Amino acid sequence: MPEPASESTTPQAPEPQAPEPVSPAPVSSAPDAAAPGRARAGGLGQGPGRLLVLLYGVFTVAAASRSIYQLAAQYHEAPLAYILSAVSGVVYAFITVSLVRGGEGARKAAFVCCAAELLGVLTIGTWTLADPSAFPDETVWSDYGMGYLFIPIFLPVTGLIWLRKRKARQD
Amino acid sequence: MIDALTIALGVTALALAAWCGFAAYRDQPTKDWHFIGMAVVTLLGLAQLVVGIVRLARGEHPHDSVAIFVAYLIGSALAVPVAAFMSLAERTRWGSATVAGAAVVLAVLEVRLYDIWGGSGA
Repeated sequence: MPEPASESTTPQAPEPQAPEPVSPAPVSSAPDAAAPGRARAGGLGQGPGRLLVLLYGVFTVAAASRSIYQLAAQYHEAPLAYILSAVSGVVYAFITVSLVRGGEGARKAAFVCCAAELLGVLTIGTWTLADPSAFPDETVWSDYGMGYLFIPIFLPVTGLIWLRKRKARQD
Repeated sequence: MIDALTIALGVTALALAAWCGFAAYRDQPTKDWHFIGMAVVTLLGLAQLVVGIVRLARGEHPHDSVAIFVAYLIGSALAVPVAAFMSLAERTRWGSATVAGAAVVLAVLEVRLYDIWGGSGA
């Protein structure tokens, strides 16, 4: 395992005593402050972006596989819901790819998609509450993503903040 | 039997999430011990995949559809190893946070699997 040899191997991290004094400001440290020498332009999928890539990847798989199955097996039950699931899957996939590829163009595209995603969650969330009969079956965005621990509504907000930060760092 | 495995996997996933979340909180990357933990969870996930497929092959059926069941099985087998590779590439606290996130996702998948198979395993 490519373990940096300089690190003394800590025995069982969850022990309460802290063996090695790390920088004493764990919360307030700026993102990537612990990762110097990261010169690659627009490393969108690095540092905190790595976590975003994972979550967007998970939601891509969840939304896409769900909508493929539903469109194939039970299209007539709730076509609107299933098509919306497919659309959200495409949006998630696009953001995932943009984050991984990086660069200013991808950052802008991902920014637009995150905004669209947020709009989608808010619209569909309100719509499902106002007129539940339009949605006989759930989508990822139903009830503001309640079925998915509300991650669908936090994810675009986090994404937008992250993408903005990256922009600020580049200037 | 599959229920026992599901519960075990859910609990170990949450433990892994807490452990790696703690490492992220302390501003540390994942270390060898964490990777051993990920390996344990991954093995459990693969065991669950095999058990699930064997039970399907023996003619037992999940409460929900077979396609959904298999999709969740595959997803829960892949979540942690994928995050492990991501944390190898990200040697900062955010690598630890990524593994913690994947482990939480895995725990949620296990809850869903439990429902999809039919709750009490009947």
